[in-house]
Amino acid sequence: MEIPKSFLGYKRENGRAGTRNHVIILPVDDISNACAEAVANNIKGTIALPHSYGRLQFGADLELHFRTMIGTGCNPNVAAVIVIGIEPKWTKKIVDGIAKTGKPVEGFHIERTGDIGTTMKASKKAQEFVMWASEKQREECPLSDLWISVKCGESDTTSGLAANPTVGNLMDKLEPLGVHLCFGETSELTGAEKVCATRGATKEASEKFMKTWSSYNDFILKEATDDLSESQPTAGNIAGGLTTIEEKAFGNFQKIGNCKFIDVLEPAEEPTKGKGLYFMDTSSAAAECVTLQAAAGFNIHLFPTGQGNIVGNPIEPVVKLTANPLTVKGMGEHIDCDVSKILSREMNLSEAGDELIKTTLRVANGRLTCAEALGHKEFVMTKLYRSA
Amino acid sequence: MATDIIIHDKKDNVGVVVIEKITPKQDCACWIMEDDSSTNIQSVDEIPLGHKIAMVDLKEGDTILKYGHDIGKVVKSIKKGEHVHVHNVKTKKW
Repeated sequence: MEIPKSFLGYKRENGRAGTRNHVIILPVDDISNACAEAVANNIKGTIALPHSYGRLQFGADLELHFRTMIGTGCNPNVAAVIVIGIEPKWTKKIVDGIAKTGKPVEGFHIERTGDIGTTMKASKKAQEFVMWASEKQREECPLSDLWISVKCGESDTTSGLAANPTVGNLMDKLEPLGVHLCFGETSELTGAEKVCATRGATKEASEKFMKTWSSYNDFILKEATDDLSESQPTAGNIAGGLTTIEEKAFGNFQKIGNCKFIDVLEPAEEPTKGKGLYFMDTSSAAAECVTLQAAAGFNIHLFPTGQGNIVGNPIEPVVKLTANPLTVKGMGEHIDCDVSKILSREMNLSEAGDELIKTTLRVANGRLTCAEALGHKEFVMTKLYRSA
Repeated sequence: MATDIIIHDKKDNVGVVVIEKITPKQDCACWIMEDDSSTNIQSVDEIPLGHKIAMVDLKEGDTILKYGHDIGKVVKSIKKGEHVHVHNVKTKKW
């Protein structure tokens, strides 16, 4: 198949391109959710991103909070941002971080004004932003403007046999065309960590990966009260035939095809070494991982599933694929790309990779994903440790 | 010919059922992805889609190989054609 050289995206002030054109209402902290949701309810075409944190955090955990908030606002799928927090200082910090992209952003704090007054002021600005954004048109953008993140979930053995290798095939075909790629799931590489480390493009990248994985493993050894057999693999994984974390990890690892990763990113860290594949230190819980990858600037997500994970994200479209014919039959409304014919050998891996490329480009050009049509907007912050 | 079981790597001692289920004493056609070769096996147990079958006899302490890699250890002996899962295989981690 000849791969198209471009897609239709929204060009942003900083040179990036979006696959979506969202105006978001971003609460800085948990207690500002109500106000953010009130604004989104007032002004049609905006979305609020409620979450559970943002108070009394400190150190690396607070840095991650800011990185996720600012990164979400900076994502090219976002046209403009309203930031609402309880206090002025942290609100301003997030506004200033997003403003560096050149996109419209304005902050409001609730203290001394209250929810109702803040909602009124923020709604007026949100209306202005959404009407401005509604005039933006899709334009032809080079394929290299796609930043593709991947993560699998509710995996079973069909994931490792077919759905994950299909993503790997797409990576092998798109990596030479200059796209950015990202995989994560530190915990779910356990068992395949040494093999994964050999896929670093440089000695530094390999060593950085092993350091990241070892730090996770040390934490598990310190905190685990049992052998994690209730969590890794999950009951859903086991029902689908996965027996051990090692088996799950080698299946997971199929998603990167033959690519090598050029760097290891902190959670929600924007890649800075140019095109190519990156590993990000993330949770393996679906919504947490996609939220971190979106905050790092990735503008379209590929999500292979076995038993049928249904996750979505408010700003980054999540494309689902599966090779499990029972999942296609039972919950087809969640599946954007059906590659189950690989198992019956009516489709080979390269054909499946081509199908996924076609689906990815249709979604990049504006076709809604199943998760978007069904209203999945899971925005889940990663918290590193207890608050002060 | 229809494929009942797919094996990732020729070193593997387990295969994955890729039809809705196989029944006891079923003669199954297996496809080895790595080198596009074929083999056969007769099942002992009923095994559902996505679950694994032992391609050889395995004894306690043996290593299960899938993708050509170590994915865990046998904790209860397994005969060729039997179902391989959490009741007879455990992780070597943790």
